[in-house]
Amino acid sequence: MSTRINVTVNGLQYSHMVEPRLLLVNYLRDVLRLTGTHVGCDTSSCGACTIHVNGKATKCCTLLAVQADGCEITTIEGLSHNGELHPLQEGFNECHGLQCGFCTPGMIMMAADLLQHNPQPTEESIRHALEGNFCRCTGYQNIVKSVQYAAEKMKMSEAVH
Amino acid sequence: MIPVAFDYEKVKTVEEAIAALSGDDLKILAGGHSLIPAMKLRLSRPGKLIDIGGITALKDIKEEDGEIVIGAGATHADIMYHNLIRTHLPFFTEGAATIGDMQVRNWGTIGGSLAHADPAADWPAMVLAADATIEMQGVKGRRNIKATEFFTGLFATVLEPNELITAVRIAIPPDGTKSTYQKFAQPASRFALAACAVMRFPDGRTNIAFTGVGDHAFRDTGAEQAISGKAIDDASVEAAMLAALQNVDVMSDHYASEPYRRHLSKVYLKKALMAVKS
Ligand SMILES: Cc1cc2nc3c(=O)[nH]c(=O)nc-3n(C[C@H](O)[C@H](O)[C@H](O)COP(=O)(O)OP(=O)(O)OC[C@H]3O[C@@H](n4cnc5c(N)ncnc54)[C@H](O)[C@@H]3O)c2cc1C
Repeated sequence: MSTRINVTVNGLQYSHMVEPRLLLVNYLRDVLRLTGTHVGCDTSSCGACTIHVNGKATKCCTLLAVQADGCEITTIEGLSHNGELHPLQEGFNECHGLQCGFCTPGMIMMAADLLQHNPQPTEESIRHALEGNFCRCTGYQNIVKSVQYAAEKMKMSEAVH
Repeated sequence: MIPVAFDYEKVKTVEEAIAALSGDDLKILAGGHSLIPAMKLRLSRPGKLIDIGGITALKDIKEEDGEIVIGAGATHADIMYHNLIRTHLPFFTEGAATIGDMQVRNWGTIGGSLAHADPAADWPAMVLAADATIEMQGVKGRRNIKATEFFTGLFATVLEPNELITAVRIAIPPDGTKSTYQKFAQPASRFALAACAVMRFPDGRTNIAFTGVGDHAFRDTGAEQAISGKAIDDASVEAAMLAALQNVDVMSDHYASEPYRRHLSKVYLKKALMAVKS
């Protein structure tokens, strides 16, 4: 039995018939070919598959595509605008927030959720927010710095506008 | 990992859910953050899922007749960010923030957590300490049951197979009530290796509940009797620690042996009592 879903992904509307058991991460990667969202542990522990569903950070290996019917989805591909990197993407680049890069899309999407709720997070709240995102290379120091960089940059551009 | 194929129905109202639940081999899907992992591992193979995630009426958090009413579909994050909860049940705010991680808190629901009844889940201890009432609805109608009578064993509750939790109700505690949730989290999963929820009323009455300790969360009446009505000091805390976990079958697993978990639980009881000391 297939079910129709209508979703908006990175501003574009899609409509597909899907099997109820199709995971949202597989819908994004295999149907929409948005492979920036990674499958790490496939057990909702590692956070590599973090995206936003209706603005909320979500591990989409633990969500059925049918659950996202009618939702607005943002993936890492939807974060930059007109070729300009999001401050978090820039931060991870500037502060060496990655080594192998596998966890990075999830880290950035989780950090983006944090900055929406808390634009000036303390180091402790950054670490608490990233609790569900594992990195096996960096030791997290530079990831925290990257998020601080982005928070600072976003504050500056607020001040300018 | 891919679950076994199943049928799927999304419902919009509680009535639709009850009607849909009259079949066999089906399961309610709320946030899916316990059920989907189990289905991916094929530990659970329901023939059909009834998705209640779209029932907006179940997401409400409100004050009604001197009670805080939390809809079963409220997520851990909804509860954590809610001002009414922060004002009247600050230990729910504190405790919700310790559940899994932010992504899990964005999807997991209080109703799902209570129905699932994981022996190490957080809400069971908090609703027990808050002396909550669980509101349920099924084909046979509505019923309310005290949280103290809801949990019956390992992943087991009084819920009938085709019954829905609709809300959790908690009498608004009087001014001056103090509450806390103290949890020692398993470092990878964040589930409780031992956790203690305490609500202490101005008259000294003290509710104490544990999770992560036995095969289901429970109120510790021995510890409650030892501390209720007494000032919280070294001697009374010591007495409560001694009285705690009598006749409790403490779990043992590869994370924590029985003696270690018993000790840890008492240490967390002490932390909790110190946190509500005036
Ligand atoms: C990585 C990870 C870490 C986690 N860490 C923690 C933690 O630290 N502490 C903790 O407490 N939990 C933790 N959880 C579990 C999480 O809180 C779950 O979301 C929650 O236990 C279940 O809620 P749900 O809405 O996702 O339920 P679902 O997974 O949708 O359902 C769970 C069960 O409850 C039934 N059900 C759901 N809603 C209802 C209802 N209204 N009425 C009747 N039956 C219902 C379903 O049929 C199913 O059997 C974690 C989960 C993950 C994936």
